[in-house]
Amino acid sequence: MADAASIAAGALGRPDYIDGVIKKFTIATVFWGIVGFLVGVYIALELTWPSLNFGLSFLNFGRLRPVHTSAVIFAFGGNALIGTSFYVVQRTCRARLFGGRALSDFVFWGYNFFIVQAALSYVLGFSRGQEYSEPEWHLDLWLVVVWVCYLVVFVGTLLKRKEPHIYVANWFYLAFILTIAVLHIVNTLAVPVSFFEAKGYTLYSGTQNALIQWWYGHNAVGFFLTAGFLGMMYYFIPKAANRPVYSYRLSIVHFWSLIFMYIWAGPHHLHWTALPDWAQTLGMVFSIMLWMPSWGGMINGIMTLSGAWDKLRTDPGLRFSVTAVGFYGMATFEGPVMSVRTVNALSHYTDWGIGHVHSGALGWVAFITFGALYYLVPVLWERKALYSVRLAAWHYWIATLGIVFYISSMWVAGIEEGLMWRAYDANGFLQYSFIESVMAVHLFYIIRMSGGVLFLIGAILMAYNLYMTVRSPSTEVVPASGLGAAALPAAAE
Amino acid sequence: MWKFFSFVERHTWALLPLALVTVAVGGIVEIVPTFTIETTVEHVKGVRPYSPLELAGRDIYVREGCYVCHSQMIRALKDEVERYGHYSLAAESMYDHPFQWGSKRIGPDLARLGGKYSNDWHYAHLTNPQALVPESLMPHYAFLESNALRYTDIQDKLRTLRIVGVPYSNAQIVDAKADLEAQASAQTDLAAFDKKYAKAALASGDGKQVTEMDALIAYLQVLGTMVNFADTSEESLQQ
Repeated sequence: MADAASIAAGALGRPDYIDGVIKKFTIATVFWGIVGFLVGVYIALELTWPSLNFGLSFLNFGRLRPVHTSAVIFAFGGNALIGTSFYVVQRTCRARLFGGRALSDFVFWGYNFFIVQAALSYVLGFSRGQEYSEPEWHLDLWLVVVWVCYLVVFVGTLLKRKEPHIYVANWFYLAFILTIAVLHIVNTLAVPVSFFEAKGYTLYSGTQNALIQWWYGHNAVGFFLTAGFLGMMYYFIPKAANRPVYSYRLSIVHFWSLIFMYIWAGPHHLHWTALPDWAQTLGMVFSIMLWMPSWGGMINGIMTLSGAWDKLRTDPGLRFSVTAVGFYGMATFEGPVMSVRTVNALSHYTDWGIGHVHSGALGWVAFITFGALYYLVPVLWERKALYSVRLAAWHYWIATLGIVFYISSMWVAGIEEGLMWRAYDANGFLQYSFIESVMAVHLFYIIRMSGGVLFLIGAILMAYNLYMTVRSPSTEVVPASGLGAAALPAAAE
Repeated sequence: MWKFFSFVERHTWALLPLALVTVAVGGIVEIVPTFTIETTVEHVKGVRPYSPLELAGRDIYVREGCYVCHSQMIRALKDEVERYGHYSLAAESMYDHPFQWGSKRIGPDLARLGGKYSNDWHYAHLTNPQALVPESLMPHYAFLESNALRYTDIQDKLRTLRIVGVPYSNAQIVDAKADLEAQASAQTDLAAFDKKYAKAALASGDGKQVTEMDALIAYLQVLGTMVNFADTSEESLQQ
């Protein structure tokens, strides 16, 4: 039967896909995920018990926080995105990666070299001082080189495809790769102090610097953490559910309206600031409109399950993916609400923002990635099934509980901070000093930290489960063409 | 319309540029006018480039990631103005490369910190924040006091900033090192130094070794002090 399948695959012209590099990306994703969550837990502990900074420069919150954000967004998220995009683009184009093993391997090693260098530079005291864009100029240049190679591999593979259509997941991956290139290059333009010094000054100053930074920052969310992961959603949910994407036309509307509108939303990070009002208003209006394409995408993802809802009971990976889309819907509703200037007056600078980011990062980004990992590992390593479905279910519930702890404590803390900062007493004086608002949220910081611990435990269970899937004799080997080789279900038009 | 998209998704060379253009529009419409509209940055007197010591201190502020807990942007809201002072102007960060407006207040806003506390208070606070504010979440920065400030490249820094638009004069660049050392010493004649860098605060150093702590405090002491709001008019603050 195995032979028959491979002959059938051969007749379809199934090329010799490059999966080695995807395995590397998969392992890196799990590794960096655990590193990122661990650092996150540690800095949450520092915010609960500041003596844990130990007065050591390299352990201080200010230096570790970028390590956490970069590890989670760029290391965990980035490896997941590049890895899955290489997997998806080959299968949906029926073409081997352009540039062969060498170029895709260079993208892997080059990208992870960047990650390690960036993390080291933060703890050693090098930073551009702009959120999610902290690496200094020499590392920024290196990332451009790697990213252009990534673009070449991806577009090159699209160009040699044997399918007439470019599958919808690839539109999203392509928009992600292109836009991140533009954002990164424009935002990091700088003049180095000298050729031999890891210090440069950004081309922009003050207000323009702020606007460009948040044009970058919000679209790191929009294109790295959203468009890229939507590419993942559009491939792995239909595959795992074995159903076509709910609506082909909705995906067209979803794609074009999402990428058009997202880019405008940056100024909502700068409400009531020295950024001119017209720019704030534009940012707010587009952020509210963005709700629609976001929910269009959510509906398209969730409704793909119609007729296959029973699979949620048996497939833990799919359960992660679908819950991720639910969190995506929630975060993309919360976001527009927070972008309204009056709401933002309360929510900005508070932990509400931290909670919002984490409902997206933990609920959407991490969960859709976990879903893809549970699907991918057995396929890539040619195993019959996961080592333990039960363990994956435990992961699911522990992680979900962790998210609930995290975001609900941050909601309460954030709203409390916002209300305390603006509270007046009966005589018309500000009622609370700043430090009182810090003391008031101590308990919620403990709850947040325990939410993070739960999420970390879940990820460790997953790592063990995936390791055993590869290693354990009980997950017997199946031929390459057995799993995941079937063509994607045809789209309903 | 569907036919058009059906064409686009069959041709990489249609999809790629169309996606790029779609994404570019919003950024261009929002960003370009902030460079061309003259009133984006208000015309107020007093904002000057940072003195060499303040600049060195600012680089430490950036390096240590102070911005992840402290904003430097007082929003135009009643309670913020009462708590921290006049709302921040675009002009006040016009020479900031990078801007440090921040996004989260785990500690209070620092936009108008300058002059609110003495140098001695800052030394004590940075060394052990909990000694002054027991509930504070701030890490200890005692190591800044044992680190000698490295400023061999201070002229290069001023020169680089001039390339990106900060109007340092030739004299300021030539004298950068001497100015840095002068400001770091409590013995310097403040009135004379004020002519070069108005409203600069001298550090409390002994004039022997300049520490990173000296530089950071010099920076903190100038924050938000440059504009004299008594002689700004409502119209001059219009954007």
